[in-house]
Amino acid sequence: MCDTCGCSGDGGAVLRKPGESDYHVHVNPGAEKHLHPHADGEHRDHDHFPEEHHDCDYMHDHDGGHHYHEGGSRKIVLEQDVLQQNNLLAERNRGYFEARNIFALNFLSSPGSGKTSLLEKIIPLLQQRIPVAVIEGDQQTTNDADRIHALGVPVIQINTGSGCHLDALMVNRAVKELDIRDNSLLCIENVGNLVCPALFDLGEALKVVIISVTEGDDKPLKYPTMFHEADLCILNKIDLLPYVEFDVAKCRENAMRVNHHLEWFEVSATTGEGLAQWQQWLEKRLLHH
Amino acid sequence: MHEMSIAMSIVDAVVANAEKEGGVRISGVELLVGKLAGIEAESLKFCFSAATKGTLAEGAALVIEEPEGIGECGECGMRFPVTFYYAECPKCRSLRITIVSGEEFKIQSITIEEEGE
Ligand SMILES: Nc1nc2c(ncn2[C@@H]2O[C@H](COP(=O)(O)OP(=O)(O)O)[C@@H](O)[C@H]2O)c(=O)[nH]1
Ligand SMILES: [Mg+2]
Ligand SMILES: [Zn+2]
Ligand SMILES: [Zn+2]
Ligand SMILES: [Zn+2]
Ligand SMILES: [Zn+2]
Ligand SMILES: [Zn+2]
Repeated sequence: MCDTCGCSGDGGAVLRKPGESDYHVHVNPGAEKHLHPHADGEHRDHDHFPEEHHDCDYMHDHDGGHHYHEGGSRKIVLEQDVLQQNNLLAERNRGYFEARNIFALNFLSSPGSGKTSLLEKIIPLLQQRIPVAVIEGDQQTTNDADRIHALGVPVIQINTGSGCHLDALMVNRAVKELDIRDNSLLCIENVGNLVCPALFDLGEALKVVIISVTEGDDKPLKYPTMFHEADLCILNKIDLLPYVEFDVAKCRENAMRVNHHLEWFEVSATTGEGLAQWQQWLEKRLLHH
Repeated sequence: MHEMSIAMSIVDAVVANAEKEGGVRISGVELLVGKLAGIEAESLKFCFSAATKGTLAEGAALVIEEPEGIGECGECGMRFPVTFYYAECPKCRSLRITIVSGEEFKIQSITIEEEGE
């Protein structure tokens, strides 16, 4: 049960905003079938597949697939992508972003690599030229959204509860609740996890994977799917290099082996080192995406 | 454990399809999970049976086919088996390899039971 509104609770994600303690919107995991924001009392109808009627012959085409009888049971060939629901919704998000010229980045890393710290540093630099908005993903708390809120940019927190990644539906809902201007940059900080966020397209333009020098230079080999899917990799906390055993060249080589298209940056969110190069690259992409 | 949320999306999808087809029970599900798809088949099997509890798919037999990874060399066009995202072309030693198979992640088919047939 939801402890804020007492609704029968679905264990799904909840949207929250810094400084608005009574604001919250549930995102039901049943895709679009069941959205019920409590904020305005609106309740969408459940979406069902269009009705279809057919007589069962032995075998015939059916909705892209076909089915046939096998004794008393019936086998239906689907050949459907497991993540199809998510992918379709992600494409809708992507279309929306393109229509409004919003450049969306999906930030991915293990917990504590410095996603929020990097946003806190890069946003003030970019903000002078381009409006920025942020979606924060965490299992619990609005701590990260509060940190971004302090910068004065629009931000919304997605609390995924037991969920270990953001999905396209959560972002779809969050975007509707967030005041994003046309021609802006949207930073989406995913839940700290290097495994399944790689599988869930959110509709972003680019995936940014962050690792820090305290994590081991073989990380790209341990989590190849994530590094394979990413467009750029940021090595953070380089200010700590003198104190840890971390081979930057080796790490970069490992990352490039998994993904030879990967863009590579080395920065410190703490000292600001390397941020200018990343900022330059981002500004170029913002102009020409 | 990300296989659990994946298992739940599979159950959602197969149940939606079974309902659409008028099935009262799902007795079998066939998946295609490429060796490079980033999914542990064993752990998915375990989560699947948990995720089906109380749904039309409870007790369904899960069959997972796991296609091998195949890479294609960007220099010489050679195709060869790969077990990872990076590989060296056995012919020309190039590292510019594109994965052409092994990343599949699909629901191939479901078997449903219909009432009174
Ligand atoms: N030394 C050092 N610490 C950093 C750097 N970036 C982040 N941190 C610290 O790492 C911890 C986790 O950072 P945070 O941004 O919350 O990580 P997130 O979980 O990826 O969002 C915090 O204590 C930060 O102060 C850095 O560049 N250098
Ligand atoms: Mg954070
Ligand atoms: Zn509630
Ligand atoms: Zn409802
Ligand atoms: Zn997850
Ligand atoms: Zn070759
Ligand atoms: Zn390539």
